[in-house]
Amino acid sequence: MRGGPPGPFRPEFWRSPLRGPWLTSVLGLVLLAGLIIVAITGLLSYAAYEPRLPGNDTTPTKGLLGFYLFDWPTDPVWMYRLTQGAHVIVGLTLVPVLLAKLWSVIPKLFAWPPARSIAEAVERASLVLLVGGAVFQFATGILNIQVFYVFPFSFYPAHLYGAWIFLAALVVHVVVRLPKAIRAVRSRDLRRELRTGVAETRSEPPDPDGLVAVDPAAPTMSRRGLLAFVGGGSAMMFALSAGQTVDGPLRRTALLAPHGREYGTGPNDFQVNKTAASLGVTVAETGPQWRLAVVGAGRILLSRADLLAMPLHTYTLPIACVEGWSTEQTWTGVRLADLARLAGVRPGVAGVTARSLQRVGYFGQASLSAGQVADPRSLLALRVNGADLSLDHGYPARVIVPNAPGVHNTKWVRELDFRVETS
Amino acid sequence: MSRWAGAYGAPLWHLLVLVACFMVAGYVATRVVAAGIWMGFVAWFVAAIILHDLVLFPLYSAADTAAQAMAGRVARPRRTRRLAAINHLRVPAMLSGLLLLVWFPLILGGAERNYRWAVGLSTSPYLVRWLLITLVLFGVSGLLYAVRRRGSRRADP
Repeated sequence: MRGGPPGPFRPEFWRSPLRGPWLTSVLGLVLLAGLIIVAITGLLSYAAYEPRLPGNDTTPTKGLLGFYLFDWPTDPVWMYRLTQGAHVIVGLTLVPVLLAKLWSVIPKLFAWPPARSIAEAVERASLVLLVGGAVFQFATGILNIQVFYVFPFSFYPAHLYGAWIFLAALVVHVVVRLPKAIRAVRSRDLRRELRTGVAETRSEPPDPDGLVAVDPAAPTMSRRGLLAFVGGGSAMMFALSAGQTVDGPLRRTALLAPHGREYGTGPNDFQVNKTAASLGVTVAETGPQWRLAVVGAGRILLSRADLLAMPLHTYTLPIACVEGWSTEQTWTGVRLADLARLAGVRPGVAGVTARSLQRVGYFGQASLSAGQVADPRSLLALRVNGADLSLDHGYPARVIVPNAPGVHNTKWVRELDFRVETS
Repeated sequence: MSRWAGAYGAPLWHLLVLVACFMVAGYVATRVVAAGIWMGFVAWFVAAIILHDLVLFPLYSAADTAAQAMAGRVARPRRTRRLAAINHLRVPAMLSGLLLLVWFPLILGGAERNYRWAVGLSTSPYLVRWLLITLVLFGVSGLLYAVRRRGSRRADP
């Protein structure tokens, strides 16, 4: 069987003098550290959606793949901003590392014979899930944050189910390979590698896995150079996108990030995620005849003037989107707890389902837990930064809840239903 | 080596963890079917498996081979100089390509319809930004090359 088909199936085809167990292991361990952050923050985001509450579950067929950790807290207010910002930005930062890792092991895809034992055949089958799962998760996430919905499925179930396939394969890969990777990393001194230029760069010693080229070409780049290249790529991805998670002058650094845009300098000129027009909300239905229905023991209709006559409170709270961007603004409105009392419901006992005027798209309604309703900073906001809300930011009234995912801050609210049992 | 390991090629626990992995993946597959998205999911998953190894890799390695041949022809005199030249070309080119790979829906305007509808702004600034960043990458790389070349000339007259 020696030789096999020509071309990439022959070991002599792969000539880079840099490929080897040390390089692959260094890239693998960096990738692993980053993926742990992405996985944990991703699963936390699943919990943040409070899928147990009515209408909140975006993955109703999840079976055992869903889980309940705890009622999503309202403190610290910046937690979802941090975790989801990290999920997206660390993911983007890892793209060059993932690509370099795939480059470093590509000769093994064409290894001939395809498997030398049953064990190897079974393990290679799991690599299909590992590589497919990794690229599937990165691709769907990256396209989704650019609102480029070209995939023939809803993002939520696909990204959650893809995550479980990827994580299962990743755990097995780590269990099987980690000891070997640690040995490989220890086989060379990192500091010495970082002092070795291209002229002194030699191949790693031959390895049983066939990563090291049998007939290496002269090096055109040192290992130091390759690591700087990958690290530089990651630094660039980070620097051009992280700005969409902060406010102030640094936000302008988000040159290649979908939601770090500038709208102007007015009180309502901050990032819009979905415009009124895109969700079928018109100026006419938000005008003077708009009424908020507050449902509890009975059903009360309130005009915007009625709401403005109630005790108003002002809090500076972040709004943080599942797509990774966030911004902090100063919101003024009526406490959800006061509206609950008005509906004859004691705050802390029942949650609320907020229903929007929006006609199309996801999240036309969202349910909040009793704890979220009871928090004094949870508002039905009427103003932002001292001005009336603009139509795109939810005029005449929108929900704003500390630490809730962006889509749970329902815009253009037409009904608050406090009959939600949350225990 | 035990008889098991001789026949299978690895200890028993190896098979057990892999079977567990396939069981989880199999269960996930039933959820994908239940969600009614299995055809699109499988198509995208298969595409994800081959995207790097059979699409991106042939493209960037062919571009790299071509660039190396070109750099070899342009700067013949000394080997080390040619090496420096190729890296000052391939690094900015690959970084620019990386940005395009990740942000092409914004840069090339594929997401324009959805994006303008959702965000209320056009994607048009992204192409300009990407071109400017690419220009800066090549500019900085060229400047570093010039500095290194001068340095090496002075050190090695």
